[in-house]
Amino acid sequence: MVVRPVGERLWSTCIWVLVGFFVVNLIGMIAAVVVNSFGTRWFTTWLPTGYTTRWYILAWNEFHLPDILLVTIQAVGAVVILSGIIGVPAAYAMARRDFPGKRAVMTLFLLPLLVPPITYGIPMATVLYQAHLAGSMLGVILANLVPTVPFVVLIMIPFIEQIDPRVEAAARVFGARTFRLFTQVLIPLLLPGILAALLLVLVRTIAMFELTFLTAGPTSQTLVVALYYAVFAAGVRPGQSIDAMAVVYMITTLIWLLIALRFVNPTQIVARAKR
Amino acid sequence: MTLISHSFRSLRLDRISRAFGTMRALHDVSLTVGRGEFIALLGPSGCGKSTALNCIAGLLPLTAGAIWLDDKRIDALDPEDRGFGMVFQNYALFPHMSVRKNIGFGLVSQRRPRDEVARRVDEALALVRLQDHANKLPGQLSGGQQQRVAIARAIVVEPPLVLMDEPLSNLDAKLRLEMRAEIRRIHQAIGCATIYVTHDQDEALSLADRIVVLRDGEVRQVGPPEALYARPAHADVAEFMGYRNIVPTTATLSGDFVQVTIGGATLPGIPMEPAQGPAIAAVRPEDLTVTPDGPITVCVEAAEYRGRDFYGFGRARDGSELFFRSDRRVGSGETVNLSAAADRVLVYAA
Amino acid sequence: MSAALGAHAPRLRLRLRNRGLDGVTLLVVPAVLFILALFIYPFLYGLLLSFEPKEGGALANYIAFFSDPFLYDTIGTTLLIAIPATLLNVVLSVPVAMRVRLMRHQKLLTAILVIPITLGTVLIAEGLLTYLGPRGWVNRVLVDFGITGSPIRLVHNYWGVLLSLVISGFPFTFLLTLSYVTGIDPALEQAGRMLGARSRARFWRIILPLLAPGLAVTTALSFVQAFSVFPSAVLLGAPAGPTRVISIAAYQAAFEAYDYSMASAIAMIMAAVQVIIVVALLAARGLLFRGPASSGKG
Repeated sequence: MVVRPVGERLWSTCIWVLVGFFVVNLIGMIAAVVVNSFGTRWFTTWLPTGYTTRWYILAWNEFHLPDILLVTIQAVGAVVILSGIIGVPAAYAMARRDFPGKRAVMTLFLLPLLVPPITYGIPMATVLYQAHLAGSMLGVILANLVPTVPFVVLIMIPFIEQIDPRVEAAARVFGARTFRLFTQVLIPLLLPGILAALLLVLVRTIAMFELTFLTAGPTSQTLVVALYYAVFAAGVRPGQSIDAMAVVYMITTLIWLLIALRFVNPTQIVARAKR
Repeated sequence: MTLISHSFRSLRLDRISRAFGTMRALHDVSLTVGRGEFIALLGPSGCGKSTALNCIAGLLPLTAGAIWLDDKRIDALDPEDRGFGMVFQNYALFPHMSVRKNIGFGLVSQRRPRDEVARRVDEALALVRLQDHANKLPGQLSGGQQQRVAIARAIVVEPPLVLMDEPLSNLDAKLRLEMRAEIRRIHQAIGCATIYVTHDQDEALSLADRIVVLRDGEVRQVGPPEALYARPAHADVAEFMGYRNIVPTTATLSGDFVQVTIGGATLPGIPMEPAQGPAIAAVRPEDLTVTPDGPITVCVEAAEYRGRDFYGFGRARDGSELFFRSDRRVGSGETVNLSAAADRVLVYAA
Repeated sequence: MSAALGAHAPRLRLRLRNRGLDGVTLLVVPAVLFILALFIYPFLYGLLLSFEPKEGGALANYIAFFSDPFLYDTIGTTLLIAIPATLLNVVLSVPVAMRVRLMRHQKLLTAILVIPITLGTVLIAEGLLTYLGPRGWVNRVLVDFGITGSPIRLVHNYWGVLLSLVISGFPFTFLLTLSYVTGIDPALEQAGRMLGARSRARFWRIILPLLAPGLAVTTALSFVQAFSVFPSAVLLGAPAGPTRVISIAAYQAAFEAYDYSMASAIAMIMAAVQVIIVVALLAARGLLFRGPASSGKG
């Protein structure tokens, strides 16, 4: 009914063109990797001359993908579980109690999320090497927990705050002791939030390059670090097999992202820094 | 900048409709608002009154119908070109601007000279009695003061029409009465036409020249407050206007009146609609009073003291529940007789 | 005596509880200890270590850094990449967020935009190497449509790194901006419309002042991310020359020269530059209105 002025329509079109351009290039970038990983030879044409799956077999053997995947699963799994065990109780305390120094503690949790990993990663890796923890799976797990524990805390605080504390009071009135309160009242109420937070931790940890890179040894490389080394040493092996590995990496990441998006709003992945 | 002059004779809504998908929020509403008139749009929540206001403001496009300001059709204009004033439910004051800047916003939009803006803002501040708070931010004001800023901001541009969307619903009871008087005073001082949306009958009755009762997006009745109070046109309007006793009955004609049965007793009533056979009788609790020789006998179930008199409800012999008024204290379990004047019993077709 | 102590104990517990200290509060302790041990302690340790160089006085590392153009130029190089990338991302994010907030199916777009954040910089670097490379689709389009005669060089130089920072940074900046934009009460814009302000005036007089504090935070976070660019500068840039960013210098000191003291010094300098820019941005934010972006009672 209401006809928008020409200027406003033009402006809106410009913005959609911009967004479209970004999305097209993003999809193009991903598609280029996928197509190249299946292509036999691809030089001056729009698409490869033929298709094959042999790059995957090559990548599987040459890059020791089974080992790397196993390491990735172990490291990421440990990080997810430990950050839940350390983070959720801390979030509960932060959400339910007002204690002296709470603001300082809050700042303490915000810092590892605001300071980029490469900045604090180098001194942290130094300390871990001195303690003979780096270069092993344990070092990778410890390093990755630094951003994920605060992340779980910050995601869980608002979630716990929106659960009415009177529910817990009621459970106490009916005689539930702390342990039963936790297992029978709190955990079921908190489960959706914990699930969402841990899924996000999972996605972030699979993709966490810097901290793993700085602390991993030859036997504790995760997929993303192995991918980095493969790209770094490009020319040693065919580019298609690197792209095959990149596809394996994308699939592992995006499957979890898809699952996570069923439970969380995409903006939650970045909105951590909002106070 | 504003395309509409201040002097106008009437705003005319010509069968306006608004649908959200298949949901009809507003259907075929027609209304004429005269210059300086205070109109209340009254109805329960979800009746379409806020939709109607947003359509008049231009914030929602119509799906059918037309809006005329005198002989100019305005329903295709953007809200910024209609030049109406609006007071929002949550005030919508600009939190980053001082009271003075908030009130001057519309004048600055019209690119008025700076000294004129200052002068007119001062006048508006004086009108709403906020001279001492001119440089504060909205967050530093009380709810009532924020309300005054919102009103001043809407009227300072001298709009042909001011729209108010439940402006008192965020205030506590005492402040609400105060601001009601304040709105009446300001309206009398500047005399611009006002459309006021509310779900509160008392507010509508005390403020409006005319009340429009909406229900399910349609106009049920338009009239002055006295008419709506004493003679609601339909049973649902009566129920909304405080006729708590809504009794299904059978009506038989007898002269100018009809005979109806309430609580097992036969009483005369006024037919509001041609009623013969199945009918609904509506009586306000204050019009159903305890009298020693009243025809209706009820057993009191509960009663409460309301300062001057008592209000209670009881069960009649035929099982119907009735709300009534009493000058003397009545206790639960007591049996009392009730009567109602014939012109206070309204009868509608069922 | 012991009876007196016994009477004291519950009172102490009560007093602590009144200050918010009880069993539940203790649940925060493991997380705090963990962050202290693996974040604060390493940082302080690194700071001290940076003043204990392999040779020379306490400040030898810093003197070495600021007297060797191969080292101190990395600050300029990094700023030259990070500042344009940040500005581009923030400036593009605002109009797009203003438009997208009116959309009904935001979730699909936001889900697509989360993909590059999730994939991470290493994958984006590898993807862009293929996509922007001399045989990639971008050059195919440029050459086949006659826009350029021969393929243009987009990787292994400055532009590759800048583009990778836009691909990974824009979604981040946009989603953060979007969350601030949607936090502004839509009734405020309606009020502006009713007072005769057209869309441009509404943006400059209402939206932007309310958005500015959030935008300062967004800019700070985007900048810090861009400033710490690492894998794409190595893989997609020219790590020996135009994209030798400061994190490369720190990494080389630590893991190629095994000079942890120098590496810590560079990490501290990196942190200092970030802190200076962030503090400047947040100080500017302090001058802006900082109240709620809605009008109080709702």
